[in-house]
Amino acid sequence: MLELEALRIAAGSFRLQADFALRDRAQVAVVGPSGAGKSTLVNAVAGFVPPDAGRILWNGRDLTRAAPGQRPIAMLFQDGNLFPHLTLAQNVGLGLHPGLRLSRQDRAGVEQALDRVGLAGLGARRPAELSGGQQSRAALARVLVQARPLMVLDEPFAALGPALKADMLDLVAELARETAASLLMVTHDPGDARRVADEVIVVADGHAAPPAPTQALLDHPPAALRAYLGNG
Amino acid sequence: MKHLVFAAGVLSATAALAADKPELVVYTYDSFVSDWGPGPAVEAAFEEICNCDLKLVGAGDGAALLARIKLEGARSDADVVLGLDTNLTEAAAQTGLFAPHEVSANFAVPSDWVSPLFTPYDWGYFAFVHNADQDVPSNFRDLADSDLKLVIQDPRSSTPGLGLLLWVKAAYGDEAAQIWDGLADNIVTVTKGWSEAYGLFLEGEADMVLSYTTSPAYHLIAEGDDSKAAAPFEEGHYMQIEVAGKLASSDQPELADQFLEFMVSDAFQSIIPTTNWMYPAVIPAGGLPDGFDTLIRPQASLLLPSAKVPAIRDAALAEWLSALGQ
Amino acid sequence: MAERARSVNRVPPPVSPVGGIGAAVAIAALMGLSVLAVIWRAGGVSGLTGADWAALRFTVMQALLSSLLSVALAIPVARALARRRFFGRRALIVLLGAPFILPVIVAILGLLAVFGRNGWLSVGLGVFGLEPIRIYGLHGVVLAHVFFNLPLAVRLLLQGWQDIPAERFRLAAQLGAGPRDMLRLFEWPMLRRVAPGVAAVIFAICLTSFAVALTLGGGPRATTLELAIYQAFRFDFDLGRAAVLAVVQIGLAGAAALLALRLSGQDGFGAGLDRPVHRWDAQGGWLRAQDTAVIAAAALFLCLPLLAVILRGLPGLLDLPDAVWRAALSSVWVAGLSTVLLLILALPMAATLAGGRWLGVEMAGLLGLAASPLALGTGLFILIHPFANPAALALPLTALVNAIMALPFALRSLVPAARDVMQGQGRLALALDLRGWRFLRLVFLPRLRPQIGFAAGLTAALSMGDLGVITLFADPERATLPLQIYRLMGAYRMEAAAGAALLLLVLSLAAFWICDRGGRGHAGA
Repeated sequence: MLELEALRIAAGSFRLQADFALRDRAQVAVVGPSGAGKSTLVNAVAGFVPPDAGRILWNGRDLTRAAPGQRPIAMLFQDGNLFPHLTLAQNVGLGLHPGLRLSRQDRAGVEQALDRVGLAGLGARRPAELSGGQQSRAALARVLVQARPLMVLDEPFAALGPALKADMLDLVAELARETAASLLMVTHDPGDARRVADEVIVVADGHAAPPAPTQALLDHPPAALRAYLGNG
Repeated sequence: MKHLVFAAGVLSATAALAADKPELVVYTYDSFVSDWGPGPAVEAAFEEICNCDLKLVGAGDGAALLARIKLEGARSDADVVLGLDTNLTEAAAQTGLFAPHEVSANFAVPSDWVSPLFTPYDWGYFAFVHNADQDVPSNFRDLADSDLKLVIQDPRSSTPGLGLLLWVKAAYGDEAAQIWDGLADNIVTVTKGWSEAYGLFLEGEADMVLSYTTSPAYHLIAEGDDSKAAAPFEEGHYMQIEVAGKLASSDQPELADQFLEFMVSDAFQSIIPTTNWMYPAVIPAGGLPDGFDTLIRPQASLLLPSAKVPAIRDAALAEWLSALGQ
Repeated sequence: MAERARSVNRVPPPVSPVGGIGAAVAIAALMGLSVLAVIWRAGGVSGLTGADWAALRFTVMQALLSSLLSVALAIPVARALARRRFFGRRALIVLLGAPFILPVIVAILGLLAVFGRNGWLSVGLGVFGLEPIRIYGLHGVVLAHVFFNLPLAVRLLLQGWQDIPAERFRLAAQLGAGPRDMLRLFEWPMLRRVAPGVAAVIFAICLTSFAVALTLGGGPRATTLELAIYQAFRFDFDLGRAAVLAVVQIGLAGAAALLALRLSGQDGFGAGLDRPVHRWDAQGGWLRAQDTAVIAAAALFLCLPLLAVILRGLPGLLDLPDAVWRAALSSVWVAGLSTVLLLILALPMAATLAGGRWLGVEMAGLLGLAASPLALGTGLFILIHPFANPAALALPLTALVNAIMALPFALRSLVPAARDVMQGQGRLALALDLRGWRFLRLVFLPRLRPQIGFAAGLTAALSMGDLGVITLFADPERATLPLQIYRLMGAYRMEAAAGAALLLLVLSLAAFWICDRGGRGHAGA
């Protein structure tokens, strides 16, 4: 279980507070107006933004000072999720061993993961030789082999077409279920939230609200969210 | 790193090998030890008679050699320093690092220069070298009045450059500054050392270059080329006498004495003319090589007393700088 | 975006800065100790003379003019090379590096063969009844320094251009950006980031100029600090003054470095996906002609003196004395060791500088250029003499000093790319727990391969051609090729010296070519 305890982040005039818990196997979307701090929130969870106060706990263990790679988290960024100079297999293999010292079994696992995301046989390619969708799939294959209990997505599919994005989100949801992982994903599209998330965290006015059931929240949005969603 | 270890191994090995033979360390200027200088032949000839290991160490030019000795002081490994000239001997003597010598020989140096500390091994005259087909003036005043282009060396960084400074001073005394004023528009440029200047001259950048009266001998003897000549000047030519001295701190004083004796012997002296391209201090039994007889012999040999050089040098440099620094 | 970038920087980088700081401290200690050794030996410092101040003024003026002009002329050349593809482009770029690695005397003679009183240009003018050109003077000094440093500036700026990801040009092309917009959008920001550093490096190189400045300056009015140091050491044997002058020289380079750091921002262009750069702008006929003219002019200016060196060297090359081949072997060995030492110093420093601003490390990287070879060599001599025979260490010492001298160039090439790697892939690496050695092995070194190849090649070539401190330590058995060239000239053997110089040119270029090629091995896949 992920807990954010009286978390406070400040940078310049920017402020963000969060104080809530995420239950195991939750699939949670983070929504809110642009610039409110959705990315900042998940980056703090992943360890890229040190909080100014408060604690981040995983199953009671304090993660607040842990290095990003030492957290039980697999993360996908908006872009740059693959190393351009490494092959797909190497990129995925990094999820198993950050020194790329892979056993035969590990290599089989990489093959399997690539297969699972629909990239069978493309392990020797480099990212630049792939389409955007394929690159996303490769990154997901790595998340799969990482097998971390929490997947954090910072809008990695924003650049993809609607159908492709939907495919990817479905794949993410499936993978999360298969590995029994929790999912924390930033999105600016309420449709994405409805598609994969059981719960939604609204980030607005310097405050990240505790997760609330998706359906109810989007059907009856609070004031802060209503302005963002418009009349939709 | 491996190489370092290797080098250290080789060093200690040679040290061990040589343990039964005493080692004589001679510091000299770099062109002496080069493969084209006298070094290799001198080393072979001396080791034949001394039952020792002669180690020649190169250190820049004459002035750098003196600086090195000053740096090392009494801790120096050197037993003998070979390659100072009479412009440096006073400063060298003042270090107190040199020991008196007992060498005597039938010197053929056209000067009464003697020193209790230093023994001459070769000598030469500074001169302007030019292409033989060029008409050249025969004194500094005419040179200053001519349109001829000169390239010279900087006295601050070069031995011949300092030689020219003292040449003009020895010939003209208080009028030296005027001579330099007159020469200023003839001087194309000033170089760091002899090699640069001579290279520029051969490239045709200047009509004349400051060098030695013996320079044409190299072209004649080694290249069969008689197209270069040195211009005889009526004022006389300034001399460079190259000398060697024994260090008081030497751990091989007898061997050092033996080397100095060897230095004025036939074996050493006969090597000098066609490797160092200077006149030997003692005429070897076989006489001078063919070709040396074609060289100009100045009417007068100029040489400032060594003891006065340090003081004269600084004043002359100031004149030189103010004349050419405009 | 800006907000996030700021926050991300608060997270420690994937590589600890300790290695780079250690390398910088080691270099600073070596420099500091050698100066202190000279001062200690002198028993104190002594004041500067009026002539020293005049030398200081002249040194700063010529160095400033030379660096500004080199960079100003390099910009159009690098730009033209960045947006043109033509047969022989690679070879031309490698060849353009040649002036930089020639021994000073060889380069001077090459320059004079073209621009001298009796040079090709003057002979050509003579055909039309015109006066020969007068090369000697401040303009001659600047011309020579531009000849030496223009290629370096072109290389570093060209790298700046190539570090702009192809995606950005594509985006701009899509937006209908013309050459003028490209300039404003990417090229100007890139130049602001890269050019001050390049200018500072060239300024520092020109500070230690001596033989070039004196010879082409036409006389003692072209007295530089290095000549003043020379005079203090060997004419006056005033070690205290020599040390002060050496410190002044280093101080000037340090000031230039600080200024350059202030002028250049540090924002990179982000990481791209390694697509080959294709330029959609600048396809017009007029621009094409303009670029062609610029490239041709630069090639002529740089290659004619080289051609002179080659022509002068050919006759002697066939009949080189054995000693020259032996010296060549020493030089190759020194160059190899130098390159290894350089990488040991430069890579940790580049990683440190890419992870954050470390002024001290940045400054230490420039020290080598500003250090007077004579002062440094003398200091090292004083330090070593009590413990070992300096002559026995002549080659390793020469390699070390050469590596330190090449460091600023290596860093100029490595750091911007390293910064982009850190910014583009640092977060991903951290998320995957790729830190320390793993990060270096799997991300940092492979991503920097082209820059490493370039830096290694440049160091090998520079080290091969540099006379360095060997003159202070040499004994008969240990001579490098540049020293042997001087010895040949000192023995009147100008033809053999010219042949040896050509051999040196070939060896240096080959060393550069091999390393640079190796670096570009599988880049741009």
